[in-house]
Amino acid sequence: MPHLALDKVTVHYDGQPAPAVERVSLDIGKGDFVVLVGRSGCGKTSLLNVAAGLVAPARGQATMAGRPITAPGPDRAVVFQNDALFPWLTARENVAFALRLRGVPADKRARRADELLKLVKLDNAGDKRIWELSGGMRQRVGLARALAAEPEFLLLDEPLGALDALTRERMQTTLLDLWAAAQVGVLMVTHGIEEALVLATRIVVLAPGPGHVVRTFETHFGRRYAAGEPIRAIKADAAFAATRADLTDAIFEGEAA
Amino acid sequence: MSVGTYTERPAAKTGENDWLSVPWSRPRPKRAGVSARLISALTILALLAAWTVSAELRLVSPVFLPSPAAVWAKLVVAARDGFVDATLAQHITASLSRVFAALVVAIVVGVPVGLAIGISKVGRGVFDPLLESLRPIPPLAYLPLIVIWFGIGEPSKILVIAIAMLAPVALSTAAGVRGVSRERIDAARSLGATRGQVVRHVVLPSALPSILTGLRIALGAGWSTLVAAELVAATRGLGFMIQSAAQFLVTDVVMMGILVIATIAFALEFIIRRIEHALVPWTGRQ
Repeated sequence: MPHLALDKVTVHYDGQPAPAVERVSLDIGKGDFVVLVGRSGCGKTSLLNVAAGLVAPARGQATMAGRPITAPGPDRAVVFQNDALFPWLTARENVAFALRLRGVPADKRARRADELLKLVKLDNAGDKRIWELSGGMRQRVGLARALAAEPEFLLLDEPLGALDALTRERMQTTLLDLWAAAQVGVLMVTHGIEEALVLATRIVVLAPGPGHVVRTFETHFGRRYAAGEPIRAIKADAAFAATRADLTDAIFEGEAA
Repeated sequence: MSVGTYTERPAAKTGENDWLSVPWSRPRPKRAGVSARLISALTILALLAAWTVSAELRLVSPVFLPSPAAVWAKLVVAARDGFVDATLAQHITASLSRVFAALVVAIVVGVPVGLAIGISKVGRGVFDPLLESLRPIPPLAYLPLIVIWFGIGEPSKILVIAIAMLAPVALSTAAGVRGVSRERIDAARSLGATRGQVVRHVVLPSALPSILTGLRIALGAGWSTLVAAELVAATRGLGFMIQSAAQFLVTDVVMMGILVIATIAFALEFIIRRIEHALVPWTGRQ
């Protein structure tokens, strides 16, 4: 089973006096949903970029199935907060982008793109232009585009950060559906405490100065949803509220009140 | 104009908006568009009226300011019988083909150069100073050199115009390339794009709006240079026609030539904007 692993990774950007992240280790298996949370400046996105191969660690190592990560690759597809879609392409062509790069014939990649659009519940939006879609629909296209690359892992950098609260809530269950259907490992960065609880199988709490892990929570709420339990019932569970309080404490631990 | 409330409008209606606004933007009260056009039309009419009055009253000698009627008459004569051995259509064709040949040269050279400036340090180091020093030189200054090097044939004329077009095309391309969002490139790379694929599938399309703007500016520069280019050994062309007329103080032909160039430049501008709407409809709407 392939693992995406960070081993004592330190990230130090050029011209910065202190590292952004110091000696952080993570291990994500296929089927895990790991969520990074923490206050601004704790290096969440830096870690995600190291896993993506977009940022090289100053020390330590990132590995994919045991092999060092030196560049981005379709085995670790990234979805960004600002969808980063291509406005000159239709929704379908955006989704098919990774297939086009591989030289998949046009009819075959259109068929696959339509399947993926259906998976993210955008059955009839294939011919739409990107600017005709709402923020939530764009993020669905972004997710479908990432899944088209047939990744082992999805790296999500605050994918729901730019959405309104209601859309965001609906997208959280969509993410869980995709995670279950696509059988991928997920590494996600978010600012949302409830979002982390709803989605994660593991929540890693980071603190700044330089970024380090303060606590790790093993959670099961996302798995319960994937197993069929309604999301409202899960959120109403006393365990949910209790974990939420612990998580909030962990995030703000050490910060002057 | 608020963002986020775009309503779709049929493309045919885009002409109603002024050029700064976006075709799918919120429909504005119709009168705003009409009155702007009306003001333009009235301005032109007022200028024509002032011109007619001063010419008719002989406020200015016809040698300096021929009447609109005289200019119109010259247009008809030039179109039918020609002026200096060529009809107006032949002059226009000669000038247009020079400008467009030069535009092709400027695109073929300028877009790759702009791309190199935008994506590589070496490219920027090599081409940026060259372009920046070439840009302010007036065409009349390098015209003699071009003639010495390449003779007095058609290639020299095209080259003079192309040099004037090169900087706007290359610099607009470079600006467009540098403006491509980091996330778009990173997303493409994480989907498996090689460096070449990133350039072809992400950087170039992202830079297209900027490149098209560059072409529009380049066409303007090209028309400005046309007269200089046709100074040397031309037998046809609007610039040549104007210069020949000027030597014999045929002011009505000079004015007719100027108005023809203005009309053509205006029409080309309109066409390019149409092309922009068709090719890069996403501009300003992300």
